[in-house]
Amino acid sequence: MSDQKPFQAAIESDSRKAPVRIAFVTRRTSPQVKAESDQYVMTWPEGIFRVLVVCEVLAIILVTMSLFWDAPLEGLADPMQTPNPAKAPWYFLGLQELLHYFPPVVGGVLIPTLVVLALVIIPYFNVNVEAEGLWLRNRGKRLRIFAAVVLALIVFLIVFEVWAVLAPTVLIAAAMLFAAREANNAGRFRRWLILRPLSFWIMTWFLASASLLTGIGTFFRGPGWSWVWPWKE
Amino acid sequence: MPPTIEGYWNDLRSTKVWRSVFRSGTGTSTLHRALAVQQNVFLHLASVKMRRRSLAFSATWYLGTMSLATFLILTATGILLMLYYHPSVPQAYADMKDLQFVVSAGVFLRNLHRWSAHAMVFLVFAHMFKVFYRGAYRPPREFNWVIGVILLILTLFLSYTGYLLPWDQLAFWAITVGANIMSAVPVMGRKVRFLMLGGNTVNANALLRFYVLHCVILPLVAGLLIAIHFWRIRKDGGLHTGQVETPAGAPNE
Repeated sequence: MSDQKPFQAAIESDSRKAPVRIAFVTRRTSPQVKAESDQYVMTWPEGIFRVLVVCEVLAIILVTMSLFWDAPLEGLADPMQTPNPAKAPWYFLGLQELLHYFPPVVGGVLIPTLVVLALVIIPYFNVNVEAEGLWLRNRGKRLRIFAAVVLALIVFLIVFEVWAVLAPTVLIAAAMLFAAREANNAGRFRRWLILRPLSFWIMTWFLASASLLTGIGTFFRGPGWSWVWPWKE
Repeated sequence: MPPTIEGYWNDLRSTKVWRSVFRSGTGTSTLHRALAVQQNVFLHLASVKMRRRSLAFSATWYLGTMSLATFLILTATGILLMLYYHPSVPQAYADMKDLQFVVSAGVFLRNLHRWSAHAMVFLVFAHMFKVFYRGAYRPPREFNWVIGVILLILTLFLSYTGYLLPWDQLAFWAITVGANIMSAVPVMGRKVRFLMLGGNTVNANALLRFYVLHCVILPLVAGLLIAIHFWRIRKDGGLHTGQVETPAGAPNE
């Protein structure tokens, strides 16, 4: 939402400093103030029944797959004969793809550790809990920080030639700038984008990068980890 | 009144034996339905009532439910596979061939285990992203999010340790690649790899270690954490519905 609020709250709203809170409800700014009366249903049978149906459908899908699609089994393990390329399971291929760009300490240890740490601490930071739209406040200052961080990241990725991460970085940064533009008559999608918090942008960037890296590692890498087109040969 | 299936069902439920097993009794009153959940050791991890909105497909896409379903399928097929498997070199690979050519429905059993394993990794990832985009990690659910991240890592380890067990070229070299990444850890990398593999290369010791991890240690830890994960949903006020909530639990001193 880019509309300026018609007024500013003038009272300290930090509950630790001042236990008095005043809520100003303006149009479309605070849907959570409206208390909704939740309808409750019995877990048995309403919830359990749905869970059983979902499990049954999933089981049918997996059984059907298993009937028509055989699990791979290659020759007996032979330490003397290295296949080219030797690939990890698919969920580690994003990591293996990173090792192509970075030294093992960075790609195999530092980055995965940082990712896990980042995931764990998400709910312990107020900025993620409040999850305010990134561009709703201090737009100028935040734009300057954004520009500095994204430029540094892009230079870093170019220096290490990590094109597979550079592409989603540029795309997400463009979407963020699109959301940050001053606009009085934003469309529905724009309005939705404007309300996205910082954590949304970072997670989406991570999801896009990880998916792309995994996809490239799985389908586009051949002997010596060289680029191949999966539809050729 | 003519006999109906429902009539037989109710007769069965009012027998002495049935009543000795299930404590909730017969009847469809709200009280009986509440007791059916509350008096059951497995179901009592869930609350007696749920918000109707949290049952909508769009709320969760049932990704957590499906992750649990794959875990159960994997446990069942995994136990059956253990009956035909020796964690030794090269017998492990011969057992794969036996599953293929000798054991009835052996190929199907292995297929179901493998595809369910891939599905579980995918579903657990999807579950995490869905929870994130829903904002369901927020207090009072922050610790359940952390348990979820640990469960994600456990899922990856479960899948990874299982990957070696067929002892074919695919298994051997995939684990070799992974173990080499592990040795890049500064200072203690090689020691960690030695501990994991029981040697400097992937060998018979590694197969045995991965087998024990895959069939005993990791499933037990995962099962325990899954139970806590579900119990915490109840304790943290049910599934997230996007409203402002007051934190559950005792107040600070």
